[in-house]
Amino acid sequence: MTEELLTPLHAEHVAAGATLTSFAGWRMPLRYGGDLAEHHAVRTAAGLFDLSHMGQIEVTGPDAAAALDRALVSAPSRLADGRARYTVVVDEDGGILDDLIVYRFAADDFLVVANAANRITVLDALTVRSEGLQTSVVDRTPHRALVAVQGPRAAEILQPLVDVDLAGLRYYASAHGRVEGVPVMLARTGYTGEDGFELAVPADGAVTVWRQLLEAGEPAGLVPAGLAARDTLRLEAGMALYGNELTTATTPYEVGLGRVVQLDHDFVGRDALAARAEQPSGVHLVGLAGTGRRAARAGSTVLRDGEAIGTVTSGVLSPTLGHPVAIARVSAPTEVGEVLDVDVRGTSQPMTVVELPFYTRPA
Amino acid sequence: MTNIPTDRQYSAEHEWVRIADGTATVGVTQYAADALGDVVYLELPEVGSAVVAGQACGEIESTKSVSELFAPVTGTVSSVNEDATQAPEVVNSDPYGAGWLFTVTVEAEGPLMDAEAYTALTQG
Repeated sequence: MTEELLTPLHAEHVAAGATLTSFAGWRMPLRYGGDLAEHHAVRTAAGLFDLSHMGQIEVTGPDAAAALDRALVSAPSRLADGRARYTVVVDEDGGILDDLIVYRFAADDFLVVANAANRITVLDALTVRSEGLQTSVVDRTPHRALVAVQGPRAAEILQPLVDVDLAGLRYYASAHGRVEGVPVMLARTGYTGEDGFELAVPADGAVTVWRQLLEAGEPAGLVPAGLAARDTLRLEAGMALYGNELTTATTPYEVGLGRVVQLDHDFVGRDALAARAEQPSGVHLVGLAGTGRRAARAGSTVLRDGEAIGTVTSGVLSPTLGHPVAIARVSAPTEVGEVLDVDVRGTSQPMTVVELPFYTRPA
Repeated sequence: MTNIPTDRQYSAEHEWVRIADGTATVGVTQYAADALGDVVYLELPEVGSAVVAGQACGEIESTKSVSELFAPVTGTVSSVNEDATQAPEVVNSDPYGAGWLFTVTVEAEGPLMDAEAYTALTQG
């Protein structure tokens, strides 16, 4: 067995008594205390996440924007400096290789944050697709950490620690600053459905930033939160997870991500996606809401009048809403409000088609 | 490792069994509760139903996963913990006490071990 990778914050998690789990080759905190308490803390106060397993790939040089335009379904050359975009990278057939966030700091300076499981895939794609261009693609993951503070109180907790005006930092905007002397790239992004920030820091400054945030956040109700809470939070927020909703067998159009595809620029997979845009496959994702407490899980079959029309890709008993929620990939048209049957481990349970997301934070 | 009660026996499926006057009380161990994470749903066998040692008789579900409950003994279910089905978090907070799951009128025991052997199993 290959030795697992440890984040720069590993010792902090062990000292905190976290339950650790294997995830995409990394040893990661699954939960510190109870995952429900961590989930609720993020919804009502704040949670602190170690996301250092995520790939941090630097794309720099005079042709960096052109290389990313060629590599991604949207065109980072059109982003303003200091802005970020959620997008995907597809193969020649339009199949999703990964979903990622691309940050533009300057015309020749970008950062791509990719899923841990797809870090090498994305690194390879960016490298191959920038051949012949004046671009440098470098995997910085081993030398960096990524920390997220998420929740309605995230801004008030972070503000006193950082020399950046957070009130002026819009959603999907980034800035460079310092926390206790540690240089940070901070962005108003997240994967929880709450307001919040993600901070990319050098590995040797990670513990300082982590401890500062824990200490400053504790009076406001901030707790460290693990991958278990991260998954239930993102699912309530209707956000797709690579490996569940997103796979190489699906194009952006089948997973509700048609909005990120910009067909008016040239990129790898463009022709396949243009064809798919004209002739939709009919496959799409739907939100399903149930009653009771027994949750459909990934793999459960979705039926209409006894006929299988799809499969649940993610499902859980929603901690915030108190009833089961699920995202399913279905191949037949569906209408909000209609009731479908879901085979939950041998028992048929009715679930109602609802709009995604299941949870929207209060305005 | 937290202390494992010595007044009962354990199964390899991380359940505990306390047998008194021919009735077995069954629950899951602290080890199992910790591994599951917060328990959010229990599907327990019906009172009066027959269960067979080693066979699945219910479900225990956390936010992250679903696990089957196995009957550690053979017999007839005589009661289930309705308080636990209403508030499954008690399985995490007090797995050896208020978080018990069901009782069985015992006809035959399955393979069970004592606290020492179970401790060795979880540390192995």
